[in-house]
Amino acid sequence: MTDQTQQAERVRRSLKRRYRKESRFRAYGMLAIAIALGALAVLFADIIGKGYAGFLKTTITLEVDLDPEVMYLDDPTDPKQVRMADFVAPLVAAADDALPGATEEDQDALRRLINPYASTELRAALEQNPEWMGTTRTMTFLAHSNVDVYVKHEDDAAYSIKLSEQQQAWVDDLVERGLVDTSFNDVFFTNGDSRDPAKAGVLGAIVGSLLTMIITLLLSFPIGVAAAIYLEEFAPRNKITDFIEVNINNLAAVPSIIFGLLGLAVFINLFGMPRSVPFVGGLVLTLMTLPTIIISSRAAIQSVPPSIREAAEGVGASKMQVVLHHVLPLALPGMMTGSIIGMAQALGETAPLLLIGMVAFIVDPPTGFFDASTVLPVQVFLWAGSPELAFIERASAAIMVLLAFLMSMNALAIWLRKRLERRW
Amino acid sequence: MNTMNPSIAAKAGAGEQEPAIAVPESRPEDTVIEEGKTVGKPFAGDADSPKFKLRNVSVSYGNDRAIKDISLDIRRNEVISFIGPSGCGKTTFLRCLNRMNDSIEICRVTGKLMLDGEDIYQSKKDVVELRARVGMVFQKPNPFPKSIYDNVAYGPKIHGLANRKSELDEIVENSLRKAGLWDEVKDRLDAVATGMSGGQQQRLCIARAIAVSPEVILMDEPCSALDPIATAKVEELISEMSESYTIVIVTHSMQQAARVSHRTAYFHMGHLVEVNETNKVFTAPEHELTESYITGRFG
Repeated sequence: MTDQTQQAERVRRSLKRRYRKESRFRAYGMLAIAIALGALAVLFADIIGKGYAGFLKTTITLEVDLDPEVMYLDDPTDPKQVRMADFVAPLVAAADDALPGATEEDQDALRRLINPYASTELRAALEQNPEWMGTTRTMTFLAHSNVDVYVKHEDDAAYSIKLSEQQQAWVDDLVERGLVDTSFNDVFFTNGDSRDPAKAGVLGAIVGSLLTMIITLLLSFPIGVAAAIYLEEFAPRNKITDFIEVNINNLAAVPSIIFGLLGLAVFINLFGMPRSVPFVGGLVLTLMTLPTIIISSRAAIQSVPPSIREAAEGVGASKMQVVLHHVLPLALPGMMTGSIIGMAQALGETAPLLLIGMVAFIVDPPTGFFDASTVLPVQVFLWAGSPELAFIERASAAIMVLLAFLMSMNALAIWLRKRLERRW
Repeated sequence: MNTMNPSIAAKAGAGEQEPAIAVPESRPEDTVIEEGKTVGKPFAGDADSPKFKLRNVSVSYGNDRAIKDISLDIRRNEVISFIGPSGCGKTTFLRCLNRMNDSIEICRVTGKLMLDGEDIYQSKKDVVELRARVGMVFQKPNPFPKSIYDNVAYGPKIHGLANRKSELDEIVENSLRKAGLWDEVKDRLDAVATGMSGGQQQRLCIARAIAVSPEVILMDEPCSALDPIATAKVEELISEMSESYTIVIVTHSMQQAARVSHRTAYFHMGHLVEVNETNKVFTAPEHELTESYITGRFG
């Protein structure tokens, strides 16, 4: 055999080995992807499986006899008396009428089929339509949260423990007669938090998250980009800038709860800012997001080809013109992507906000940056810790809302990048 | 950046590419310069009042001295080419002329560099104004990722050379005409410049440089990334432009130096070995290093 054929034989043998290695390497990669996708699928299946019912509400339709006598009213025309009237009694009476088998002793059990806030709704309806007094009207009320979960999870015995057997029989009867209805839970999106799961919603948390994010974006993007531009383009390379750089990198790895402690100590205790407000939440999250934005913005600036910089300098652009006219437009997509990733992190952050009091039970959606509020992840945290099954369900639903929020933010990031990206 | 090799720093990341097809590497047997034939161009201008007066210029990157004590006059309206082997400092020297080396922190320039009698390295000298007077064309075509129009209009815009849109349009058209690009792009001035061919891009960069009406144009191997046809066009352009501009061109192609320049300067290891009429440098070099280089014994 000549040297050349020997050589060719050797190459062929090594080739086989190389191909084997390559396919093994590829298999590892595919396995990693499969594990990641599998984990994601399990997560989604769990959350959606538990949470979809949170997007449904149960209502009961009753024939309510608005008899002044039942409501203990002497003078049905006196608004003051009407306000003080007993609106639970006509509801219980209506439920009693709807369920022929019920007796006097069952009053309490009957009352607990209907949402505790139904009487308030009834009073409001009557105050708006005084002419209803003395008539019988067909009205729809939210069911009690125990009835709600029972109706939505008929097959699962775990959801029926809060109802007595008699109550279960009544509900089954009402369902059969079509008086119980399950429909889209608009209450979940129009209400703030509530002690009653059937009345609890995420509106307050969504608005709170939105306000907090606005503050975070308005502060962290300009500050982060400005810091990145200064460090990359203008700062001299010396010990001080090295020190700053090391510290920025370290800050990116600091646990977020530390930023919460800082916010509590500095913003609330030192500066005397109010607790639980989106403004302070935004400040704390800004501190947390800044390192991420600075680091990604610097990477984006570094990726601008030096030839573009030279071209601009060559025609006599000043340092600032080079940065504003050429470097910044080319780096902007990268900066935005980094910022939105940072914002998405901030949106999902709970720990630092607990420390500045955004964990309080707040019913009304905030109306401004200095209005006490909570945010979506904290709302999830609050509901998930509740012993009531209906709240657990709503926690899962709130997680889905949060995920939808995050996905739309990421979609926005991709869209912005595609739109602004340029070739060079 | 601390331990940057001077030659790498000077080349700024661009590859060493020769237009190999058009201009074969010179070897002793096919030396460009045939016996008795005159190359280069006679210089008709004034040799006594130089545009650039450079005295004892040294450049160092940290402890490496890239340019060692070079003195040279660049005459008004001449085309002077810098030739020499890779890493000899010709690009570094070129970039001193409009202070493009400023952005390299460890780079230090000493000596006197006078443009029309004014020291360009004095501390109060405005580098922006200097670069408006001394334009530059780079090795790799580097148009901005903007429209063709915006590329040419950028310089005049930032220097405030046009008050009205019509004036700016005129400057853009004139510059593109001078760069021989107008007829090719007049219908697509809004097209993205990076979509053009390499040769067109380089001529656009030349148009961009002349749009600010500089007095001097520095060209750093302007044809090294171009094919022979595009190279021929750019060379033609250089010849035309020499009437109104002083042009300093760094080139690896001796044929190019011979074709376009009035004078040629040969650099070696940071020294200026020889500078003379192009004809003389190529036909009767005074220094043996120059002779070795142009006959292809090294380089």
